[in-house]
Amino acid sequence: MARIVMDDLHKVYPGGVKAVTGISLDIADGEMIVLVGPSGCGKSTLLRMVAGLETITGGTLSIGDRVVNTLEPADRDIAMVFQNYALYPHMTVYNNLAYGLRNQGVAKPEIERRVQEAAAMLQIGDYLQRKPRALSGGQRQRVAMGRALVREPSAFLFDEPLSNLDAKLRVQMRVEIRQLQKRLGTTSLYVTHDQLEALTLADRLVVLNAGQIEQVGTPMELYQRPETLFVAGFIGSPAMNMIEMAYLRDRGAAPTTLPGGTDLVGMRPDDMLLTAPAAPHLSLNGRVVLLEPAGAESHIYVSLDGNDQPITVRIPGLPTMNEGDPIPLHVPLEALHPFNTASGRRVSA
Amino acid sequence: MVQNDRFGTFLAHLILILGVGIVVFPVYVAVIASTHAPGTFLQGVMPLLPGSHAIENYSEVIFQGRSTAGAPPIGLMLWNSFVMAMMIAVGKIAISLLSAFAIVYFRFRFRIFFFWIIFITLMLPVEVRIVPTFEVVANLNLLNTYAGLTIPLIASATATFLFRQFFMTVPEEMLEAARVDGAGPMKFFKDILLPLSVTNIAAMFVIMFIYGWNQYLWPLLITSDESYYTVVMGIQRMVTGADSEPLWHLVMATVVLAALPPILVILFMQRLFVKGLTETEK
Repeated sequence: MARIVMDDLHKVYPGGVKAVTGISLDIADGEMIVLVGPSGCGKSTLLRMVAGLETITGGTLSIGDRVVNTLEPADRDIAMVFQNYALYPHMTVYNNLAYGLRNQGVAKPEIERRVQEAAAMLQIGDYLQRKPRALSGGQRQRVAMGRALVREPSAFLFDEPLSNLDAKLRVQMRVEIRQLQKRLGTTSLYVTHDQLEALTLADRLVVLNAGQIEQVGTPMELYQRPETLFVAGFIGSPAMNMIEMAYLRDRGAAPTTLPGGTDLVGMRPDDMLLTAPAAPHLSLNGRVVLLEPAGAESHIYVSLDGNDQPITVRIPGLPTMNEGDPIPLHVPLEALHPFNTASGRRVSA
Repeated sequence: MVQNDRFGTFLAHLILILGVGIVVFPVYVAVIASTHAPGTFLQGVMPLLPGSHAIENYSEVIFQGRSTAGAPPIGLMLWNSFVMAMMIAVGKIAISLLSAFAIVYFRFRFRIFFFWIIFITLMLPVEVRIVPTFEVVANLNLLNTYAGLTIPLIASATATFLFRQFFMTVPEEMLEAARVDGAGPMKFFKDILLPLSVTNIAAMFVIMFIYGWNQYLWPLLITSDESYYTVVMGIQRMVTGADSEPLWHLVMATVVLAALPPILVILFMQRLFVKGLTETEK
């Protein structure tokens, strides 16, 4: 159990490539933090810096009130779950779990107790004498988790642990990881590029871009009030529609309620309604380009009159119109996200 | 693949049988020759069926040796060869494992430079550097010692290169997981890398044992004391050293005995050997 504090962390590779440029983050004890961002944004590098697998070239990192900048991974009291599991292929599952403990000099009966406990928790008790190659992907994933569990560390580090599993198993393991983390109350840092994983797992979500933090907040905060254009585009699927203020002005639809300096207006696909709501709203007209039924919901791709860029509308159930039909769209004013393209940030009133 | 094609199958087998025949025939002749009475081999007509002197010939080679021909008893020569082959094989593997470990996992100055130096020695067979090497060994007073027989042959670019290639296929995450698990470099080497390399080590062992066993020129150069003769060079002494016609029946018996240990090594390590050359376990 520990608090992790990152203070102005930097990572510059010997070639001069800057992977992480000034990240400060205070992770409370027992919190589950998810780092999310596009590939190359520095999220894995940051995690590996916390693990001690990458050197820290600037700033300080402390885990549980201890500055750990120069400590070896084994001395940081952390455990890591790797993307490819990194199980030792020549050792049985039991030995895979016990290896780290033996290196720490933990007594044999204690090792036995912890391994059995972790095995029971992860339901891998039947495979303890097998070698990793005789296990399925999901079972290997559990063993990798078990190896982290037995160490009873003050923090778990997950590096895209579910990306090698098939979709169904991924959902199942996601739920299990969350339950386990809540039950143990261990501070966790979780890296993923899957935003559904990010939204569902996180106590707080950290969106990274180009080595810097774009925004930190609960998943709902980030979804409902993205502070930058990048976060607005990154969180949410289908992505937020962006319509230029100039277009709205030309159509005489520019709402007067938006703060000055707004030149781009974001609208979530599910805030675009087909029938006018009672609340104050703006209205647009377009034409259906493509219908995409997806079971419980449908996506409608619409081309606005006089604007080439298609926008996405999400409606529950099946669509009743046809491709090529004209379609009216209504957006409540309170659901608009005002942005300024020059600063790339949300404009606040 | 050609399937259900009788003629194709027949042709393929014919070619294979011919190939095997060509390779095996000389060995067969050697075995046959070692079972005949002295002189049979020199009559001009080679017998192709086993003779009746097998026990006699072999017991003479094994128990009496041929002191007149300047060769020690075969038991001693076989032992010398065995010691030499073992020391070379084990030494080569130990040194190559460590140097490959250093080259792959440590970042030190001139790392690539050292790798290329090792790699370049691949192109220099023992024979090319044999005179300077002899000079060095002589100056170190290692003539007529096991150390002199083996140490100059232990450095191995081939094995270093093979282990380097293998280590590079071990995922980076394995090392990182070991670091998180508190394993230092040597512990990682001992607990993770070494067990993963077992099949490669076995394959290397077979190759290097036979390489050491078959050394001819080097032991011939640096041993003048009979008690350090190896069997491969001993055979040569038997052929040329006698005052009369070479006693082919005894030479052949020695040849057969000299070929046995490498064959046994291959037979016992065959499973691991094949695995090491073909399988990439991940």
